[in-house]
Amino acid sequence: MTLARHIIERELMSSFWSDNLPKLGQMFGGIAVFLAVLAAIFFIAGRANGKKQRPIAIVVFLGPALVLLTVGLLAPAIRTLILSFKGSQSHTWVGLSNYKWLFTDDTTRIVLRNTVFWILFTPIITTGFGLLLAILLDRMRRESIAKSLIFMPMAVSFVGASIIWELVYKYADPNKPQIGLLSSIVRHLGFSPSNWLLTQPLNNFLLMIIFVWSQTGFAMVILSAAIKAVPADIMEASALDGAHGWKLFRGVTFPMVRSTFIVVLATMVVTTLKLFDIVRTSTGGNFGTSVLSYEMYAQVFVRFNTGRGSAMAIIIFLLVVPVVVFNIVNLRRERTIS
Amino acid sequence: MSILNRSTAPKLAVHNAGRKLFGSKFATITVWTIALIWTVPTFGLFVTSFRPKQDISATGWWQIFVHPHFTLDNYTSIFSTGSVSGISNGILPYFINSLVITIPAVIFPIVIATMAAYSLAWIKFKGSDAIFYGIFALQIVPIQVALVPLLKLFTGGAHVGSITLIPKLGIAGTFAGIWLPHTMFALPLAIYLLHNFISSLPRDLMEAANVDGASHFTIFRRIVLPLSVPAIAAFTIFQFLWVWNDLLVALTFTGGTEGINPLNAKLSGLAGTWGSQWELLTSSAFITILIPLIVFFSLQRYFVRGLLAGSVK
Repeated sequence: MTLARHIIERELMSSFWSDNLPKLGQMFGGIAVFLAVLAAIFFIAGRANGKKQRPIAIVVFLGPALVLLTVGLLAPAIRTLILSFKGSQSHTWVGLSNYKWLFTDDTTRIVLRNTVFWILFTPIITTGFGLLLAILLDRMRRESIAKSLIFMPMAVSFVGASIIWELVYKYADPNKPQIGLLSSIVRHLGFSPSNWLLTQPLNNFLLMIIFVWSQTGFAMVILSAAIKAVPADIMEASALDGAHGWKLFRGVTFPMVRSTFIVVLATMVVTTLKLFDIVRTSTGGNFGTSVLSYEMYAQVFVRFNTGRGSAMAIIIFLLVVPVVVFNIVNLRRERTIS
Repeated sequence: MSILNRSTAPKLAVHNAGRKLFGSKFATITVWTIALIWTVPTFGLFVTSFRPKQDISATGWWQIFVHPHFTLDNYTSIFSTGSVSGISNGILPYFINSLVITIPAVIFPIVIATMAAYSLAWIKFKGSDAIFYGIFALQIVPIQVALVPLLKLFTGGAHVGSITLIPKLGIAGTFAGIWLPHTMFALPLAIYLLHNFISSLPRDLMEAANVDGASHFTIFRRIVLPLSVPAIAAFTIFQFLWVWNDLLVALTFTGGTEGINPLNAKLSGLAGTWGSQWELLTSSAFITILIPLIVFFSLQRYFVRGLLAGSVK
């Protein structure tokens, strides 16, 4: 009996290693080949001298990046634009009908509505909450542990965060014990819990809470650094002038960190627009929770409609561009001032 | 600064009055309350992963304060063979997949980006500034826009009419097929950040090396790489977490091949198939977030730097 089990276990272990050792081999092999090719090119190109040395160096150093960027980003972006004017299998030209569908269909209308909800609520709540925490932290003597705890979710993937919160939102039959924290709290308050993630449109806001939980720490850390950079004498001078509380915040603190606040806000808008993981893990886009970025994936890989998926990708692109450009301009201006 | 303030007591008073948007006590209590609320969900997951199966479905995890009852069974089952439905070999193979995907997907873009950044900063030629701004501008392209055509390239190659520009690469569903897109998508940000750093290295140093007859390859290896370690470290952490926690690129480019599926993507799928098997879901989730949490708590300062650097991605 024990011998049999021992043999089985050994068999399974050896099958585990025969499955997984080759993978590790591929990893080390991949890295080794990459570095060996590089070393060989450096060795050969380094022997060139005289006039040839500069052009060869430029090609060797810059070439790989340019090729990868052209093949991996530039050309695909252009091709996506072309695909968005074609049908589901990319065989026929359909003009603007994918875009027309995107803005008029009943199902996509919910997707667009949700995306607007997300953009309206999550960035401002996350950044505002981060600012509040940053101001409070500024008043504390010892902040490190509390700050770390609030910042920690940033290291957790959106998938992990979704599972952490699914446990909070878990709902059981009314006559069974509630193992979800939210349901339990609601019941202790004397109300009857509902199946949270199926309740529309509330479920959208419950998913937004996951995002806020995950990203507030990021906003807090950056805004906290900005507040610490406000010169102490400015604060002193305005305090001597009698400014305090809300007046001090509106008149002095906020104007000093406004540009950072806007940069964080814009960053959050971009993250929100690209949001995919939370929706896919929590609800799979069902129950009226889908957003543009999830629907783009679903159109291509679940419903196999490349045309519609590409049109959605282009809309995401068009929405992201002004925000990122605005952000970059802002960052540059800030850097030239300081 | 705090030492300075403490040594000059009157100044401290004024300073504090100036900062007094809230009372110090009020601030401390509020922040700690929020920190507690922020930690409870993760703590709940952690505790649940150590509770026996029948306890999890019977009572809420906070009952451990009344009836402490723990087990390692959940972890033995997710790591053992055949005992869990939905996965054949436990989650360890997926953990290994994550490592095999992440480590090269961090090394490749950093090496290629450092090389490009050096040439753009120190081997100027006509048009090099234009190329730099072009790469800089590519940061605004969301990866959603590149996914489908890139996948089509891997499976079918690139053709114009009957002329084949790029042959079918045949790397769809292999590790190389994930390393490559991660490398490509990381480059704009990596080149931009490393260029900022490398272009600020002292000019005298470069010129002295040039006078000594060192080639660009020697300068790169002996001077640029060692001096760029802080910038490379910050980006390494950012890219490591980005790839480890990624879902979209993994889902797209593994194409459902279980043999190369990383842990995070597997977990996202299990959330659907395991639905109510919380003993498996919580322990797997904890294993998934463990490595990023270790990175976070051990390298927090560099982590912040990496995040700040990568905040536009």
